[in-house]
Amino acid sequence: MTGLSLSDKVTIGAALLGGAAGVAGTFAVLRRRSLVGDMLAHASLPGVCIAFAITGSRDLLGLSIGALVSGLLAIGLMTLVVRWTRTKEDAAIGIMLSGFFGLGIVLLSVVTRSSLGGGSAGLSSYIFGEPGNMVDSDLYTLVGVGLGVLLLVLLFYKEFKLVSFDHEFAKSQGWPTLALDLAMMTAVALVTIIGLPIVGVILMAAMIILPGATARMWTNRFNVLLILAGVIGATTGAVGVRFSSGLPTGPTIVLTGAALFVASILFAPEQGVVARVWNETRLRFRVAREHLLRSLYELNEPNFPRLAPTTFQQLLAHRYAQPWMLRWLVDQSENRGLVAVRGDQVTLTPLGFRRAAEATRTHRMWEIYMMEFAGSAPDHVDRSADAVEHLLPESLLLELEARLAREGRLPAIATEVPASPHDLASEGNSS
Amino acid sequence: MPSSIALEIHDMTVAYHRRPVLWDVDLQVPEGKLVGVIGPNGAGKTTLIKAVLGLVPLASGKVEIYGQPYQDQRHLVGYVPQRESVDWDFPVTVRDVVLMGTYGRLGWFRRPRRPERELAEACLEQVGMASFARRQIRQLSGGQQQRVFLARALAEQAQVYFLDEPFAGVDAATESAIVDLLQSMRSAGKTVFVVHHDLQTVREYFDWVILLNMRLVACGAVGDTFTPENMQKTYGGRLTILDEAAEAMRNREPVR
Repeated sequence: MTGLSLSDKVTIGAALLGGAAGVAGTFAVLRRRSLVGDMLAHASLPGVCIAFAITGSRDLLGLSIGALVSGLLAIGLMTLVVRWTRTKEDAAIGIMLSGFFGLGIVLLSVVTRSSLGGGSAGLSSYIFGEPGNMVDSDLYTLVGVGLGVLLLVLLFYKEFKLVSFDHEFAKSQGWPTLALDLAMMTAVALVTIIGLPIVGVILMAAMIILPGATARMWTNRFNVLLILAGVIGATTGAVGVRFSSGLPTGPTIVLTGAALFVASILFAPEQGVVARVWNETRLRFRVAREHLLRSLYELNEPNFPRLAPTTFQQLLAHRYAQPWMLRWLVDQSENRGLVAVRGDQVTLTPLGFRRAAEATRTHRMWEIYMMEFAGSAPDHVDRSADAVEHLLPESLLLELEARLAREGRLPAIATEVPASPHDLASEGNSS
Repeated sequence: MPSSIALEIHDMTVAYHRRPVLWDVDLQVPEGKLVGVIGPNGAGKTTLIKAVLGLVPLASGKVEIYGQPYQDQRHLVGYVPQRESVDWDFPVTVRDVVLMGTYGRLGWFRRPRRPERELAEACLEQVGMASFARRQIRQLSGGQQQRVFLARALAEQAQVYFLDEPFAGVDAATESAIVDLLQSMRSAGKTVFVVHHDLQTVREYFDWVILLNMRLVACGAVGDTFTPENMQKTYGGRLTILDEAAEAMRNREPVR
């Protein structure tokens, strides 16, 4: 006896399941085998029913063996169909998944009606998942499988990583790629089967796919990905169970996982929607600001080195369609100390002039490059330069500069940096 | 006494789903050559390499590296697959990928340690990618991806290298850098096989060529082998009989 209350047992069980499914499922997601887990889960139902009919008990181990056998049978049949007929893999997966599931439902109603031993009511929980009748031995099985999967991944970390990334290269080094692939998929299969009574055959695939896909939004590192997927899976399981009072447990677990996924798509750094929209918006503002600065530069260019005030009218005539937009841009630039505004007169500050010169320089370098090296027509380069110049990385700009300088197409550099007036080595920064 | 024949193929036929794509290839390449594998699309260039590396089963024949069966000589062989054969969105760094070159030598369960990491650094240095070690592979350009793959093969510390289209999608500067590297590998006694498309550069890059078009057209030193006559044989249309025979084998129907 564990001495735990049922709800604690279920929470721990769901967390273990989620963690193991997250780690094993990450490999399925990376190998683009997510749907195999789905097929396996659905296809296990006939096996569960037959195992129950034979043993007459609801014992997790017995039913799991039945589930595993019929799941593997489906995978085998699927492979044969793909190999020997014109049916492609996605179609074959769909066929096996629905065929076996249909058979499972029929068998389920037969078994339930004949009501062997009177304990078959729990079987229907395999469809949507109902951990309410979890017993201690079920928990031990979950602990065993969870630890087993973690051990497998720890042991074969390097090998799994290699095979997942580059199958053929692994094979060329003599690794038994088929066996390693099989080991990965076995981990997925074991977790799937063990999870059936908790999450149900219909939704189990979500437990395999969601944690890995969610974790992928947050990291680009393989080891972090695996750990994060495990943590996310465990959290999903535990939180989902806690939310499930009065509701079916499987769906609440899956909904929790889906909520984490949606939150990650929205808020993950770099790859998240919010971060991308934010970066895109900032880029647009920067582009608009650089255009304003270039306009001011070009309008003043005839009078250099004198910087005269420019009126809004001049600016509007030069580039801008909407006055409110211009007004707003000018305000923004004033806040950054790039321009000084008096009435409707705009003047570049020294800082603004330097930025304007940089923007104009980039623009013109690109125009020269496109005209002289890429053979673009003069009346087209302005627009293409507009599209490109703000995105050019600094390293490429330097290359462009060097290229133009080599060809003698660049005037002497205006912003030459004087030599340092003191000894640089004495700054104490020894790197 | 070790053989100085780096690669020997005896009467090799390769079939995909019973359809033969390479017939009766029989060739020998001595050690220390930079070898171009040349032929039109669908000629079986990639298949030749994959068959030698045991990635596709042989319908018949055998492959020997330095006089021993390939299975016993894997540690002498380095491989650069086609760049598109992997998912460049995979969550690993450049250094991770290069370290994979050392996995074969490490064997089961042993993780790369300091010597392996230093080797990976050195290999990245050789392909001019040392400053990219910590980058995610998704951030690389095509030419950079190719150089990372090359560094991974260098980390295998092999004697015989097989490169599948290392110049595909690569800019001119990278191509000449790769060629320089390959030529210095040859000078160090390595034998390097390169699947290559650009006929203009064959004479400049290689000193040995294998001309393929579903069967071996010719194999030998560039000067004697890369002749207009042989090129006509290689590129002058497929042998329709071979094609039809292959199709018939796939359908299990007699030609007549």
